Order: sequence, then structure tokens, then C-alpha cells
Amino acid sequence: MKENHIFRIGLGGLSFILFVGALYLVFLYVPTEETMGIVQRIFYFHVPVAWVAFLAFFIVFLGSILYLWKRDSKWDVIANSSAEVGVVFTTLVLITGSIWAKPIWGVWWTWEPRLTTALVLWLIYIAYLIVRSFATDEQRGARFAAVVAIVGFIDVPIVALAITLWRTQHPGPIIFQGGLTPPMLLTLIVCVAAFTTLYSLLLIQRVSMKNDEIEISRLQELSS
Amino acid sequence: MRFWRKVIAITWKDALSEMRTKEIVFSVLVFTLLVIVIFNFAFGATQETMALVAPGILWVTFAFAGVLSLNRSFILEKEEGCLEGLMVCPISREVIYVGKMLGSLLFMLIIEAIALPIFAFLFNLVLSLQLVVITVLATVGFVAVGTLFSALAVNTRAREMVLPILFLPIVVPIIICAVKASGLALSGEPWSGLSSWLQIIGAFDAIFLVVSFLVFAFVIEE
Repeated sequence: MKENHIFRIGLGGLSFILFVGALYLVFLYVPTEETMGIVQRIFYFHVPVAWVAFLAFFIVFLGSILYLWKRDSKWDVIANSSAEVGVVFTTLVLITGSIWAKPIWGVWWTWEPRLTTALVLWLIYIAYLIVRSFATDEQRGARFAAVVAIVGFIDVPIVALAITLWRTQHPGPIIFQGGLTPPMLLTLIVCVAAFTTLYSLLLIQRVSMKNDEIEISRLQELSS
Repeated sequence: MRFWRKVIAITWKDALSEMRTKEIVFSVLVFTLLVIVIFNFAFGATQETMALVAPGILWVTFAFAGVLSLNRSFILEKEEGCLEGLMVCPISREVIYVGKMLGSLLFMLIIEAIALPIFAFLFNLVLSLQLVVITVLATVGFVAVGTLFSALAVNTRAREMVLPILFLPIVVPIIICAVKASGLALSGEPWSGLSSWLQIIGAFDAIFLVVSFLVFAFVIEE
């Protein structure tokens, strides 16, 4: 228990340092992008947040498979917590994406493949949380949610494929074509590290909170 | 093939009860017609706008009709306590899934077989073999995930609400591809122009038939 506490404080500290570093890099160090100007700096926020959202949903997928296989509620707690964090980050992706789209594309929203995929992803995991809250008991909710997570995660590539074929007008992914200068790449890497650390911290906190909730309701049952 | 004999027994049971009550096919068909008529008011009825929005109207209608009929599929079982009966039968859960899935597929295809000509008649469109193939493929995808989620939704509170919330985001790829492919089919595109859309629907069908088959047991255990 004690060690866990120290680990969490350490992780919190690391995340703090990384974020201060990231802020320095984003606002003071990295050069302004030529065509998009100052607004392009939201890229260093938007991309890491999107990465964390996908990571979170991948963890939900793994946790759900392990839960259905092993029937250990530990995996369900991890999947559930990760889904909550993932939904928050997907919301942030949609918001930062819109803020970026307005000055660049002239509209808040366009039915562009990645935007639309993110929206569908968001809806699927909202459904995941709703199913759990509508279930008549905890265990059943956990099983149902796990099934939704597995089906939902497998659906994502098909959604992306269909939407890409439906609307092809987006700027291609620049990151992998060497379109980023070294300072930009460095800033992006630090930002990704900062957000990934923050995700781990949030996940660990949420998992321990959920475990405490389970413990409290168990004690309540014993005393009543 | 003992597996298929058991499957057919379940599908036959559904078909028989449907033949006696005509509950699902009749009410969903009326609902389908109502939606088509209401869309007609929403979009105005000039010939050009119709050609543009017809595929969209068709698939929104079929998706909603799917939700409605899939919901009934397990609610009927639950209300009369038949689900418990099915579960104590000496058959695997997978048999129940395939049996119920084929039953829903049958009902949906009957509804669509009646609704499609009426749709073509009202909107002044020409039906083609392409449209029939698209409809069958897309419906297989609908019932593959729909049966799984219907069995799940029936065991929750507010069960009529849960199915559409789960079902609609998952079938987004089918709706996109079916709308696109139907639009192309209605404007007289050859098969080659439709192939990439049909491939995605086909892939969706294959993937979700397998996945639903594998995870169905977790939805109705206990």
C-alpha cells in the first residue's frame, strides 16, 4: 500500500515535469509553422491526446478480453476506468480538432475521415458506459460492457475504412513522411510522453478509487 | 449435422410463432411505410431531390426497422419466460445465437421484400438485382450484430433504449456502404463500380458473424 502511494506520487511528479517541459517546448522553443501560423501549435496537444484516446480504448479491449476469459473483476475495473479516461480524451480530441479546423478549414466541423471516426469511436464508448449503468447488477454489467468493448474495438478499423472511402479530402498524415523538422518532432515526442504519463496516472488513480468503492460496498453489505 | 438441425428447430419455432401472431412483420412493415412517407414530407418531392436523398431514406428506414424488429426478437422470449426454457435445453449457446439470427434475418428479408417495391413505386425508382444484393448483404450484417445486442439489451433496464444506442454506432460502416452502393446502383452504375462498397459490407458480415458467435455465450449466461 505504502509503496503504491510513493509510486503514484513519483508518477505525478514525472508527469508534472514533463508537462512543464512540454509547455516550454510548445510555446517558446518550437518554431512557428510556415503556412498555418501560430494555430498549428495546437497540433502538439491534439495528436498526443488522440494517441492517448486510442491507447485507452486498446487497454479497454485487452481488459475486456481478459475479464471474460479469467473472470477476475480486476480486469473489469481496469477496462472500465480506462474507458472513462478514453471518453474524456476523445472529447478533448474532438474539441481541439474543431478549434484547429475553424481557422484552417474555415468550419468547426467537417465530415472528414479521422474526425468522423473519432466521433463514432466516442459514441461507441459512450454506449459502453451507458450499458454498464443500465445493467441490473454489477457482474452482468461488467460482462455486457466487455462484449460491447470487444465488438466496438473490432468495428473501429472497418468504420475508418468505410469513412475514408466515403470522404477523401483530408491532408495526409504528415508525421510519417518526414514533414516535421527535428525541433517539431522533439516537441511532439515530449508531449506524447507527457500525455501518456498523465494517462497512466489517471488510470491508476481511477482503478484504486474503484477498488475502494468495491471494498466500501462490501463492508456496507457486511454491516447491514 | 446435429448443430444445424437444432438451429433450424429454433428458427422454425420463431417462424411458427410469427406466422400465428404476425406481430413483428406486420407492425414493422407499417412502421417502415410511415417512415418513408414522413421522409417524403421532410425532403419535398421533386424528382431531382428524390434521386439524391432516396438511398439515404431507404437505409435510415431499414436501420430503424431493424432496431424495432430485433428488439422484439428477444423481448418476446423474455416476457413469456422462453429464454429460460431455451437455456435449459441441451443445446449450446451458439445454437441459440444462430437460430435466433436466422429467424431475424428471415423476418427482415420478408419486410424488405415488401418494402423495396413500395419504396421504388412511391419514389419512382427502378429496382435492380444490384439493389437486392446490397440489401441482403447489409441485412446479414444488421442481424449479425443486432441479435447479439438484442440478447444483451433485453437483460438491462430500459431495454428498448439500449439496443439502438449500441446497434447504430456499430453498424455505421454498413450504413455508409449501403447508402453509397444503393446510390450508385440507382444511377445505373455497373457492378465493378460497386465492388469496393460490397467488399466492405461483406467483410463486416464475415467478421461480426464470427465475433458475435464467439461472444454470444457471455451475453446470456446465468
